Amino acid sequence: MLSFILKRLAGAIPTLLIIITLAFFLIRAAPGGPFDKERSVPAEVEANLNAVYHLDEPIWQQYLYYLGNIVQGDFGPSFQYRDFSVTELISAGFPVSLTLGLTAIFLAITIGMSLGAIAALKQNSAIDYAVMATAMIGITIPNFVMAPLLTLVFGVYLHILPVGGWGDGPLQALLPVIALALPQIAYIARLTRGSMIEVLRSNFVRTARAKGLPERTMLTRHAMKAAMLPVVSYLGPASAAVITGSVVIEQIFGIPGIGRYFVQGALNRDYTLVMGVVIFYGTLILSFNLIVDIIYGFLDPKVRMG
Amino acid sequence: MEFTTGITKFLTTGTFVKTTRAVALGVTLLAGTTALVAPTLASAEMVFHRGNGQEPGTLDPQISEGVPSSHILRDLFEGLTAEDTDGSLIPGQAESWTISEDGKTFIFKIRENAKWSNGDSVTAHDFVYAWQRAVAPSTGTAYSFLLYPLENAQAISSGEEKDLSKLGVKATDDNTLEVHLSGPAPYFLGMITHSVAYPVHKATVEAKGASWTRPENMVSNGAFKLTEWTPQSKIVSVKSDTYWNKDTVKLDKVVYYPTESQTTALKRYRAGEIDWTYEVPNDQIKWIKENMADEFHVSNYLGTYYYGFNMTKPPFNDPKLRKAFSMAIDRDILTSKIVTAGEVPAYAFVVPGVTGYDAVYSGFKAKDQAARNAEAVKLYEEAGYSKDNPLEIELRYNTSDNHKKIAIAVASMWKKTFGAKVNLVNEEWKVYLETRKLKQATQAFRAGWIGDYNDPNTFLELWLSDSGLNDTGFNSPEFDSLMKQAALEQDAGKRKELLMQAEAIFLEANAVAPIYHYVTKRMVKPYVKGWKSNVMDHIRSQYITIEK
Repeated sequence: MLSFILKRLAGAIPTLLIIITLAFFLIRAAPGGPFDKERSVPAEVEANLNAVYHLDEPIWQQYLYYLGNIVQGDFGPSFQYRDFSVTELISAGFPVSLTLGLTAIFLAITIGMSLGAIAALKQNSAIDYAVMATAMIGITIPNFVMAPLLTLVFGVYLHILPVGGWGDGPLQALLPVIALALPQIAYIARLTRGSMIEVLRSNFVRTARAKGLPERTMLTRHAMKAAMLPVVSYLGPASAAVITGSVVIEQIFGIPGIGRYFVQGALNRDYTLVMGVVIFYGTLILSFNLIVDIIYGFLDPKVRMG
Repeated sequence: MEFTTGITKFLTTGTFVKTTRAVALGVTLLAGTTALVAPTLASAEMVFHRGNGQEPGTLDPQISEGVPSSHILRDLFEGLTAEDTDGSLIPGQAESWTISEDGKTFIFKIRENAKWSNGDSVTAHDFVYAWQRAVAPSTGTAYSFLLYPLENAQAISSGEEKDLSKLGVKATDDNTLEVHLSGPAPYFLGMITHSVAYPVHKATVEAKGASWTRPENMVSNGAFKLTEWTPQSKIVSVKSDTYWNKDTVKLDKVVYYPTESQTTALKRYRAGEIDWTYEVPNDQIKWIKENMADEFHVSNYLGTYYYGFNMTKPPFNDPKLRKAFSMAIDRDILTSKIVTAGEVPAYAFVVPGVTGYDAVYSGFKAKDQAARNAEAVKLYEEAGYSKDNPLEIELRYNTSDNHKKIAIAVASMWKKTFGAKVNLVNEEWKVYLETRKLKQATQAFRAGWIGDYNDPNTFLELWLSDSGLNDTGFNSPEFDSLMKQAALEQDAGKRKELLMQAEAIFLEANAVAPIYHYVTKRMVKPYVKGWKSNVMDHIRSQYITIEK
């Protein structure tokens, strides 16, 4: 088990290096620079700005300089938010994005799996159809449509929930979390239903029933565990979807997470900020995949880690 | 790090747990009470919730360059001069000043009771330090060129002169500041209301480095002082009890919200979370005018939206063609059907109404559109094109709904008038800026200009042949010489004449087709009082009261 984790970690380092290198050169290949504005500054002022940020050095030198700094945990100063270092911005934004993302995933798993299981048990009943139809709608409506709809109804018309901001009480988190979780709830519900139906027809369930296990024990101990497998493998993509989704949601609700920095950093050619967020996201997704693999090993007897 | 404490508190006080629970109980809570929504509801203290556009890049007065940060800095700091509610110039940290006969030496008397928020006195030395800091190459100040009228400012900024003390600003004693300009600049007093000329507290800046602008470190001299800054969430300032004119300040607190999305800002406004929006989304103006007209405030702004022509390459190196294409734009249709907030059709580059200037217009302003079109067709044919031999051009703009709508309309006007083939090309902002600057691919292109200070110079200096902003390639020795004369002219009347002649030459060349003059447009709650629209859109919170 330990050697498996170590092997995976060792494999992650070159992956991360490739991500860093690609991102570094891609963002610099984009036309325009961090100091281009409608009002462009006099040449000598631009030279001063470039010198302050080492942008006047050859690109390979900048690259090595950057790598050296990362190894020391220094992501450099932000070009756009000049009063903050990238590390500060990410460490301020991450807890917010994490709260948002984890709550959404938690909600998606609990509600999605319960709905899916109910639908599977009542297969082809009215409940089943209702759940699946709702899920279909949930999947097809993107969150950048759902979020404004929710704010319009609950914030502007009904005046019962705040439509934006963060940190002034849990209610502010309600709409963004729901908007972020809805497509995932829907997807997980469909996945669970499908795999549950299959599991209920499988040999070990028949054996369990034949042994006289009470239906509830059979469901919770055996069927549910097996039916969770596709959901667990979906958690990797789901967390990626929640991360990309939060980029949109944070923008719509004015939430101070790191998703917004990613978008703005790219648009402003804030090289250090984009790099910081890319490296951070890269590390995060690599870790998620590792965690999913480990959980999978626990759940599925067919997978053995050596 | 103060700015993270909100988040840390959020995680440690169990709010995180509560959030999760709240979400789980979502449905129950949806039916819950409105009282819980409370963050913005009335309380004893007078709080102004101000939507403020993008997250400010920095709150360092010398480094700041965006409009959003300038709104906050005007509340936190005060320069030698300041502005009244209507934007007119009034004494700020300087109680008085004298100007020498040649207009090149200013002596400012700084108030005895001007104080920093830590209780220290604001002295002339603070201004000397700040202005030297603004032009020092190592600071990386984008707006240092605003101080170029000062003796040796440009030489210091470009690194030719290493000795900062050569800058044309001296403190003769704690309360007397002497400023030497290299030429008379009548706009100088107005220009130093810009944040680049605000004083900074030397000991704090030197001790704290880049983090001196954090709430726990910042020392400022304005009507408010910074107490909280959570990036992308909010910035809070409270009334300063050391401000020299504190008795006139009514608000206890100002909260600035970054509102990047105009649509979200409007929703937050309608939900009562903010009292004031930075802008309104263009596509909602019709709805706003029908439903919330009383709270919708539009006023003239010091800016011009225009199309530029690349004069360095065919086809627009031909002056007849430039004139034809400018004349064929029906500005009345654009301002009445496309941008509908009340923008003013533009026939001048310098915004009419700029202080100490009489508007100069393109000759064709007097004609009606039918006559303009007729003449445009004639010019087009003289340039060698016709309906059978149409000109094919690219019209370039940066990606945005508003620019696209205007480009489509203009393209169809050109097509209808001349039969010209117009291909629309849009580019992402930074790519676009670079393309424009290179002057290789561009033919006709969108641009906009907002004046930095209330004087024609801020518009006309763009078109000097050596200006880095001159993306049309306009190059007129006569224009350059008039501008130079104006810069040295001590008589205000003569200076005005020179500048007007310069603009006339510029307009005659049709290097640009001015389309409309900008307006500021925002939603303001009826209980927000004490403010007035002004052409610079400098609205200081210190004059505002909340009368609920």
